[in-house]
Amino acid sequence: MIHPVPVPGHEGTYVDGLRLALFEEMERDPNVIVLGEDVGVYGGAFRVTEGLLTRFGPSRVLDTPLAEEAIVGAAVGAAIRGLRPVAEMQFMDFISRGFDILTNFAARNRYRTGIGVPIVVRGPSGGGVHGGPFHSQNPEMYFVHTPGLKVVAPATAADARGLLKAAIRDDDPVIFFEHKFLYRRAKEVLPEGDGLVPIGKAAVRREGTDVTVLTYGSGVWIALSAAERLAKEGIDIEVVDLRTLRPLDEETILASVRRTSKCICLHEDTRTGGLGAELSALLAEKAFEFLDGPVLRVTAPDTSVPFAPSLEEAFLPNANTLIRAVRKLTAY
Amino acid sequence: MDMESRRESARALFQSMVLIRAFEERAAAAQAEGKAPGTCTSVGQEASAAGVVKALSSNDLILTNHRSAGHLLARGADPGRMMAEVLGKATGYCKGKSGTLHISVKELGVILTSTIVGGELSLATGVGLSVSMQGSDAVVACFFGDGAACEGIFHESLNLASLWNLPVLYVCENNQWQAFVHRKETMLADHISPRAASYGMDGVTVDGNDVEAVNEAARVAIAKIRETRKPFLLETYTYRTRGHYEPDDQTYVDPEELASWKARDPIASYKKKLLAAGTVSEADLAAIQREVETTIDGAFLFASESPYPAAEELLTDVYA
Ligand SMILES: Cc1ncc(C[n+]2csc(CCOP(=O)(O)OP(=O)(O)O)c2C)c(N)n1
Ligand SMILES: [Mg+2]
Repeated sequence: MIHPVPVPGHEGTYVDGLRLALFEEMERDPNVIVLGEDVGVYGGAFRVTEGLLTRFGPSRVLDTPLAEEAIVGAAVGAAIRGLRPVAEMQFMDFISRGFDILTNFAARNRYRTGIGVPIVVRGPSGGGVHGGPFHSQNPEMYFVHTPGLKVVAPATAADARGLLKAAIRDDDPVIFFEHKFLYRRAKEVLPEGDGLVPIGKAAVRREGTDVTVLTYGSGVWIALSAAERLAKEGIDIEVVDLRTLRPLDEETILASVRRTSKCICLHEDTRTGGLGAELSALLAEKAFEFLDGPVLRVTAPDTSVPFAPSLEEAFLPNANTLIRAVRKLTAY
Repeated sequence: MDMESRRESARALFQSMVLIRAFEERAAAAQAEGKAPGTCTSVGQEASAAGVVKALSSNDLILTNHRSAGHLLARGADPGRMMAEVLGKATGYCKGKSGTLHISVKELGVILTSTIVGGELSLATGVGLSVSMQGSDAVVACFFGDGAACEGIFHESLNLASLWNLPVLYVCENNQWQAFVHRKETMLADHISPRAASYGMDGVTVDGNDVEAVNEAARVAIAKIRETRKPFLLETYTYRTRGHYEPDDQTYVDPEELASWKARDPIASYKKKLLAAGTVSEADLAAIQREVETTIDGAFLFASESPYPAAEELLTDVYA
């Protein structure tokens, strides 16, 4: 049994949002193809591509063997010839096998040859589901560091849809980090209409006056739940969902921090060289005179994602760790 | 082999398969009861693990993949410490940090369990190189799946091992499945072993559900590696009768195909064969079965009662 295709104007999960985006874009543009492990007959390990094969047929929905380098390479080659491939990594932990193709070929092709590479490489990242060290990682920063790549990380169901559609339409390579913990937990009414969400535009999820929290993915939900608790103490935090990690929406980030004068960078990725480091540098360069305290980072520690529930809980940032940092900063 | 050593060997192979089955079924049941996280099992493939591992010597080394409980148990790993790792407990072989799919036991020479499919193929080359350079007569057994054989790393590794004359026994457990996709959908050849020829390597396919056949093929291959110091590709042709992962409803599996392989269950077949030949008695086998059940009960109890790792463990072992 194939689940019905999600409908705009109705409630849908994060997975529904992704699935709807694929249906809509494949319907709209015959050049859009989907390839990856288990994406066809099975409908994807997390059911994101369910029903695509039946609707669009095996020439546009391609099951592949285990061969991540070949999957990403085939996507790049097809994109150079005008197709718009969406390649799935069963878990983003395995994107390492496609690293060479992404950083040496996809990212640099336009610069070297004038030919763009409109691919999307998407898949689940993140922890919280006891996946252990190889099914829980957040490898976004390898790609944020690479000029020529765009990196997107939606936090909501509507954004999962809208950003995936924008990524497919984008003329450059987009690495699309979904968060598996949110797959079935984040849900909302998916907007009527095309629901496009532009790449490079952050969203202020909660307005506040005391501290700006810059975050993305699972961090958005952590920040919103912390915000409710902090409000009871009279602390009013602003939550900025970055949505796109490269290119950053500097305008929204700087406008928020100039207003609140205090900033915490929150992410599930590990600390050193995480996005928080880049954001801190940005603020030091462009908002120094507005800051009333140090830019703080709330992140996972510099270690592997542990399997044991007790350790994973200690590993992942949560509302408590964020609240402690907010209190420290407001007292500054 | 005289009758008594034949009997001993049969008992050991049977016991090993039964232990693997009981361990994995317990882990799967615990998952279903909400007492354990999901896990991979190798139910239906026990003859491959037991047959090959029992042909190795104690100084031989093993690298394996996510479907590795059989390799570990056949090697003599403690079911209690394994179950503790499955449950993420501090007493697990990797202190609960690595988890159910990644149990390595360095003291038993099981030096890598890779869940990044095919990683073991890559590292086995270096392990083989170290063995060669140290002048040891050890053999390196590297277990991987038919899916891993689709990854580029397979070609790079086997070519290099052949070029460098490394003592690696590559064991491809061709269980017909690669997660949720049938092998027939990902490759046009039925067998992996013929690929060995293109590397100038010997390759053999054996009935992976016949534990004695696997054991014999592995002995021959290992003897050849010890003598020639060249790699060898052994394909055990078998079937994954449970899902890819627990839970998995297997709705994507052809029921007829599944039934035909279940009818060739390696444990039931071996039992029948042993009884028919009179090698061991029904009572003998029943006693083994009972012992194994007690062992697994104890293992589960030990694991359940063990503590979770303390938060301080989060930051240990990142660096020397
Ligand atoms: C590099 C990589 N790609 C994909 C996966 C997801 N995955 C885990 S096991 C598996 C199937 C592996 O098939 P095979 O090698 O035949 O081993 P089997 O599971 O059948 O024992 C897949 C696709 C992974 N773990 N690593
Ligand atoms: Mg397989």
